[in-house]
Amino acid sequence: MFRNQYDTDVTTWSPQGRLFQVEYAMEAVKQGSAAIGLRSKTHVVLASVNKAQSELSSHQKKIFKVDHHIGVAIAGLTADGRVLSRYMRSECINYSYTYESPLPVGRLVVQLADKAQVCTQRSWKRPYGVGLLVAGLDESGAHLYYNCPSGNYFEYQAFAIGSRSQAAKTYMERRFEGFVSSTREDLLKDALFALRETLQGEKLKSSICTVAVVGVGEEFHILDNETVQGLIDAFEIVGEETPAPEEAAPAADEPAAADQGAPADEGAAPMDI
Amino acid sequence: MSVSLSDASIYRFLWVYPALQESVERMKPVGKHSLGASGEISDFQEILRYLDELILYDNMWDDGNSLGPKEVHNYLTRVMYNRRNKFNPLWNSLVLGGVKNGQKYLGMVSMIGVHFEDNHVATGFGNHLARPILRDEWHENLSFEDGVKLLEKCMRVLLYRDRSAVNKLQIAKITEEGVTISQPYALKTFWNFAAFQNPTVGAEGSWKVTITGDSLSLPPSPTMGDSSSTVIDYGNRLDI
Repeated sequence: MFRNQYDTDVTTWSPQGRLFQVEYAMEAVKQGSAAIGLRSKTHVVLASVNKAQSELSSHQKKIFKVDHHIGVAIAGLTADGRVLSRYMRSECINYSYTYESPLPVGRLVVQLADKAQVCTQRSWKRPYGVGLLVAGLDESGAHLYYNCPSGNYFEYQAFAIGSRSQAAKTYMERRFEGFVSSTREDLLKDALFALRETLQGEKLKSSICTVAVVGVGEEFHILDNETVQGLIDAFEIVGEETPAPEEAAPAADEPAAADQGAPADEGAAPMDI
Repeated sequence: MSVSLSDASIYRFLWVYPALQESVERMKPVGKHSLGASGEISDFQEILRYLDELILYDNMWDDGNSLGPKEVHNYLTRVMYNRRNKFNPLWNSLVLGGVKNGQKYLGMVSMIGVHFEDNHVATGFGNHLARPILRDEWHENLSFEDGVKLLEKCMRVLLYRDRSAVNKLQIAKITEEGVTISQPYALKTFWNFAAFQNPTVGAEGSWKVTITGDSLSLPPSPTMGDSSSTVIDYGNRLDI
């Protein structure tokens, strides 16, 4: 995207009916490292690529447990993600305390979306710069939602966010129809394969990724390194050839340096889906 | 007081006390569940308003999720306990019953926030008079009719022991589909015990005296079915 005269304030519309600050916030999500989620009828898996600032530092924490039955993977401004995770945990525990019952995922997601929307309509605020993949299990089944900085949310069978997420989406697009009846192991396998797509040749090992599962009879938990490495080895993910080259990704997937965005006016604004 | 039954339905009934109006309903449907109360009717009405709002907001989500009886019971517990902590209790004992996804639920909350779930619950004196009967005679596979009979038995005991009760009661039947509350109806009671015929005969300071056998003697305490005694009423004779 290019700078223009309508992008200073979040409360300023452009003549085409766009809020550029909100769209820029969604750009921030695309800069973060990839996070993917997929679900079957009984399980939901989240996986993320862990970037470290430098070799000396620890990895960013990108997957958070929100409650026994809900977890979230983030991409974008991790600080914003942390704050929103804290909000989600607070909502869940308050609901549990009052009703002795787990908060339905759909309701949490709506509360989160409404919170994000507020920031798109106040001149003294800025939108949250983080996208959240919310995975959860409740009475009505397994759910995977994506929460946008714009305040929109969508339910998905499978989704990926962050840099080079298009590669993972392409991988999953070909297979998602089968996910609903996948076993837990198949789901994990697909998650790791999809994650590998976003690495573009880099070797997949447990030190650079995080995987988490929630399912029927299985509380949300993050798999430890050994388990993940075990899965990687078992599925022989590392040894496989990369599949057909990814489709021409929109320039927005590229890191910030390449400013080859489509002209500002082209097409529908991302949040107007 | 309530009982849980086998065919996924539970019910309870409560006394209906006459006041200035014909009857006061102490049991109300709340969403698909049913709430009954003893104690302050005004506080009960306030609680109904809280629950109305709760159910309304729950329905407004319109998302396929709904608050079940367990959730409502816990909400009420929080409300009652919170008020107790502020030294301003809602002066009620509440019974909540409901069925969700085939699971029956029956819970009680007192005015100080004591709460529990059981197969049979009662408020106030029902805990002392009725629950022993229920403990003996309740079982998992009670049919609706048997359950009603059991409850009527308990209610009769309570009625006999309460000087200000009326023999009217209502039954609520709660199933997965919802609640039906019957119209108030009366229980038959039996008062024709001999001891009740002339209860003050021979009491200290009473006008009525019993004669046993051939001499007029100080009367013994009134006994049941003592057919050999005759009653002489000195009430209107002023020369004794």
